[in-house]
Formats: sequence, C-alpha cells, structure tokens
Amino acid sequence: MTSKRVGLESSLGIAQAVKLANVDVIAAYPITPQTHIVEGLAEMVANGELDAEYIPVESEHSAMSACLGASAVGARTFTATAGQGLILMHEVVTVASALRLPVVMAIANRALSGQLSIWGDHSDVMMARDAGWIHIFVENGQQAFDQTLCAFRIAEHKDVMLPVAVDVDGFHATHVIESFYLLDQKTVNEFLPPYVHPTPLDPDNPVTMGCFAMPNYYFETRKALDMALRNSKKVILETWEKFGALTGRHYLPVEKYKTENCDTLLVTMGSFSENAMMAVDRMQESGKKVGLVRLRLWRPFPTEELVAALSGAKNVIVLDRAISLGGPGPVCSEIKAALYPLEKKPHVVGIIGGLGGRDISPENFIALVELGLEKIKTGHTGEIIMFGVRE
Amino acid sequence: METLSVYVPKLVTNKEYIASGHRACSGCGEVLALRYVCKALGRNTIISNATGCMEIISSPLPETAWEVSWIHTLFENAAAVASGIESGLKALKRKHGYIKDVKVVAMGGDGATADIGLQALSGALERGHDFIYVCFDNEAYMNTGIQRSSETPFGASTTTAPSGKVSMGQHTWKKNMAAIAAAHNIPYVATSCSSYPFDIMYKIEKARKVKGPSYIHILSVCPTGWRCPSSDTIKMGRLAVETGVFPLYEIENGEYKMNFDYPKLRPVEDYLTAQGRFRHLTKEQIAEIQQKVIVEYEKIKMLSSRKKGK
Repeated sequence: MTSKRVGLESSLGIAQAVKLANVDVIAAYPITPQTHIVEGLAEMVANGELDAEYIPVESEHSAMSACLGASAVGARTFTATAGQGLILMHEVVTVASALRLPVVMAIANRALSGQLSIWGDHSDVMMARDAGWIHIFVENGQQAFDQTLCAFRIAEHKDVMLPVAVDVDGFHATHVIESFYLLDQKTVNEFLPPYVHPTPLDPDNPVTMGCFAMPNYYFETRKALDMALRNSKKVILETWEKFGALTGRHYLPVEKYKTENCDTLLVTMGSFSENAMMAVDRMQESGKKVGLVRLRLWRPFPTEELVAALSGAKNVIVLDRAISLGGPGPVCSEIKAALYPLEKKPHVVGIIGGLGGRDISPENFIALVELGLEKIKTGHTGEIIMFGVRE
Repeated sequence: METLSVYVPKLVTNKEYIASGHRACSGCGEVLALRYVCKALGRNTIISNATGCMEIISSPLPETAWEVSWIHTLFENAAAVASGIESGLKALKRKHGYIKDVKVVAMGGDGATADIGLQALSGALERGHDFIYVCFDNEAYMNTGIQRSSETPFGASTTTAPSGKVSMGQHTWKKNMAAIAAAHNIPYVATSCSSYPFDIMYKIEKARKVKGPSYIHILSVCPTGWRCPSSDTIKMGRLAVETGVFPLYEIENGEYKMNFDYPKLRPVEDYLTAQGRFRHLTKEQIAEIQQKVIVEYEKIKMLSSRKKGK
C-alpha cells in the first residue's frame, strides 16, 4: 500500500486530499464547522505548496457562483460549506448540476438556524437533497479524505459531469484528530485523470451555457439531468472499486456491519455509524440479533442495494439526524418507499435523533434499538419518534 | 453628414457577436448598446450574463443569439461567476499551458447590478479580478414588467411604485452606481448611453485594456418601460445626456472626466414630458427634478476640474 500514516484533524485531511487532487480554483466563505478545511487550503496556497487560485468570496452564494465560472472554463474546482452557508448557496447549488459542472464540495453538516447552532446534524443537506448533486456520506476523517479524492474522479468522469458533495458531520467528524493513511502524489495521479470539460467556455469555440427553457423544453432538461444522476452510480461503483484496489479501503453505496443472521437491522448515515457499530458489538455479545446497515450514497439513492440489505430482516430501525418539520424523517421515508413494493416487508420504524450536535453514545444506541423494537411490537411504527429529547 | 455616413461604418467592425433574430422589443436601446459593447470587445471574450432582458431575449432553448462564449446562471451572481472564470483561466494559464488572451465580462441590468447583485459586484470589484462589469440600466425591472429598482429615477411611475392619487411614483433619487464602483478604488469607471455608440465602444475598448476591474454603466433606453414611441429610442438617450439627467463621464484611477460638457443644458422638461412614465408630474415636481439635475451635473463638473495631487 502506497500510504503514509499521519495524525491529522479530519478537516485538514480533506484539505490534503484537495491538494493531492491538484485543484485549480478554491472559492470559499468562512462558516463553522467547515472553516478549518479552507483555512488549511489557504495556507497551502500561501506557502506555495498548492498552485491554485484561492478566491476569498464575500458569501457562500458567490462561492458556488465562482465555482461555476471556474468549472465552466475547465478548471478543477473545490469549495466547502455548512449549515446556513449551504442554504444561502442553495440557489446556485441547483444550477451546478443543471449546467453539468463537476464542482466538488465538502459539506460539514450543521444544524439550521432559527436558534443558531453551529453543531452537527443533517438538516442542511436534506434541504439540498433534490438539487441534482451526488451525495456521499462519510463516517470519519479517513473516509472524508478518501471520498474527497473519489469525488473528483466521479464528478469529472465524462459519463457523469455532475457536482459531488462529500457530507462530513460537523464536529463529530470534521474536528476529530485521527490517524490517517494519506496517499502519495504518484498514486493519486494514477487514480485521478486530469479534468477535461468537453465543451468549455472558449472564445475559439463559442458555447452558450444556461439557456432558458419554455414549457416545451424544460421537462426534457430535467429528465436528462435525472438520468445522468441515476447513471452516475456505475461510475461511482467503478471508482470505489479502483480506489479499493489501490488502497485496500473498500466502499459501497450501502455497507453492512455484522448483519448475518440478524432479524433486526439498524440503519444510520454519517459519523454516528461508528457509535452504532459499538452498540451492535455489545448487543451481539449479549446474544441479540441486531446488525447495522450504513447508508453511504444518499444520491443517487441506492434503492437496489438497500432493498437487498434490508429485505431479509424482520425489523428495521432507521435513525434520521434531520427533522423534516411536520413530516416523517427523510431517510426513513425513502427507505419505507424503497421497501414498499416488496411482498414480504420488514417492519420499519423511524427515529429522529442527534439534532444540533446532541450525541448518541453506544449506550444510547442500545436504548434506541429497544425503543424501536417496542414501537414495532406495539404497532406504533407510523409514529414520529424522537430520541433523547426532553418532553 | 453625407461624408460621415461613408466614413463612420468603416470605423466599426461588420462582425456581429449578438446575432439578429433575438427577441428584444422593437426600439430596444439595451440590445443596441449590447451590440456595440460586443463589437468593441471582439471574439476573445467570455461573457457572464445576469438574468434579465438581455439573457431572456438571447437564449431560448434550443436557440442562441450569442457568437461569443456566454454563460448565464442566476440573477445576482454575474460578477461572482466572472470571478470564477477569470480565476479559472489564470490557473489554467499558470498550470496547464492555456495561452489565449481572454477578457472576462460580466453584465446585467440595473436590478441585477444595483439591487440584488450589488454584493457580488462589490466583492468582485474589491478582490481586483481582471474583468469588465457592464450595467445596462433601463431604470426598472423591465423583463418582469416595469417594477421599480434603485435605479428608477425620481418621479417615474412603475408597476410597483405607480403614480396615484397620493403618490408621485418613485420618491427616491437614482442610486449612483458609478460612484459606488469608484469607491472600490478600481482603475476605470465610466458612464455611457445607448444613443452614443462611439462613446460606448471607446469606453469598452479602454476598459478592455485595463488590468483589473472596470465598471461601465450604460443608460439603455427602454421604450416599453419608459412609455415612449419605439422610434424615439435614440432621441430619448440624447435628451437624457443633453438635459444633464444622465451625464457621460469617466473616472480613471479616481480622476473624473466629463466627456460631453454642455455649456447650456436643455431643460429637463424636454426629457420628462416625452415619456409616459413621467406624464403625471406637476410643474413643481419637474422644477424639483430640474434643480437636482443641475446640482448633480455641477458636482461631476466640479470633480472633473479637480486634478490629481491638487
């Protein structure tokens, strides 16, 4: 393995990946808990370690706008944001995918204001869910490093040409100092080909990007984008396979942890999966048949893989780290929809927890599973259940 | 005049970068100004266009009127997109052997520039990107149906600030974008008008040579929104300048220069009474406007007489 082991804060690990990707343009605006990523990059640029244009824009809206411009002329482009920053940027986020510009963005997932919270949950990214981006969730710094590199390869692949977000839970994943296996430049160069936009903004071959569409054309543009996003899964799988072969670190759209012979499966997404794994270890030690399914690829939604992972279970307990105010948890509702066509369906119960940085410890996870099983047993699977919240 | 009609066309390239067949209203001063802007820019240009009239008339899928590379993304971010284009090209030149000499140009209407896009514009000017920003100011949100903007002149009636029994319409004075741009200490700022093609081209050519940001504010006559005959477009722009309502000047490295200085300005009444949007104004209100126009005009003249270091 061409790796070197170092101790690093996860955010700086992401910055290392961006540097190894030899990015051309970074446009970013400060917001906690994303800031360390772009501070790391700014330092690399200032020290001449990374030859890139760093645009210290005046807002997240302009950060993504600048990324569009840079990507459209054929420059490899990166930004990072979180929480309200992503929401402010949101108008531009939808354009990145519609114009098929392969911007890579790290999202340090953060709770949303009214009551200002800089801490982690998935509310920000859920509001960006339908914007046509590929979303990859990671659980720790190593995965964030790996997936940032993979993100460039996936985004810029000629059969994809879509923006990719690497979703890293704010603080729980971004601010942890971990041991990393970094890659050397030669390995990265082998893995990541140069970015070539097939029809960039070019004075010698004029192109028009961003037309307006009347009702007789608009629908087709959306269908084309949806097809591109769905088809990207092939390249995502290929990329992870190649990455696995290079590094020994393997990734799948849906990853299973000790699910064999389990009648109850817990489903998590993001950094809390690590605590959930510890809870599963303990529960299995005490003879309980509880396993864990971790959702890595959020968009395109891996229906097939999820159904394969969950269809054999009796009970499925889904943790949502986001609240869809007035409705069921977003991950749970999609899982329910995916399982609905099955003739023999597992019972599915959704639990909302971990909002605004509230921790769910391994002990909490054991209690959460017990609560879920109790709700299934008493036939209350349709309830909106919140875990670890005061009445 | 006869000699001029033989001589003048030779000064202007025959090449069109915004093709005919676009969907602008008849008598549109904005697309006229755009046409001359593009002629002066030439082919080695990448345009970032804000949402608005010029975007809508030029790019209905699956057609385009553009013969230069052009991108439209949103309403308020043309300057930010231009920042990215300029930075991207810089990186490509330094790292990947890109050799083309491209000028990046952002453009938008008065709403996109002075209202919703002011922050992005300010950011891009302050960061010193090498680009030109062109504001085509037709003094209201014409694309969405003549709603007021901060560039709508005092006394004009628009659909969101209409004149009525208790209102004269717009009761605020036009935002001074040239001064705002100049306050960023950028190398070149200028005003121009759709009725002065050579002035437009002169200023765009000058801006093209500037290293760093430049800002050109072009008053663009809109017969649809100003409620005047579409055959009066050129006349109306000339009246705006000759009455002193919209003086043409440059601010080069902070130094003002009045380009057309009239020893005696025409009365603003000539300009105001020719347009339906001012039709409701009383004699007193016209007098108030007249007074303000003279004050503002004298201000520019005074600034123009000041030379650097004095």
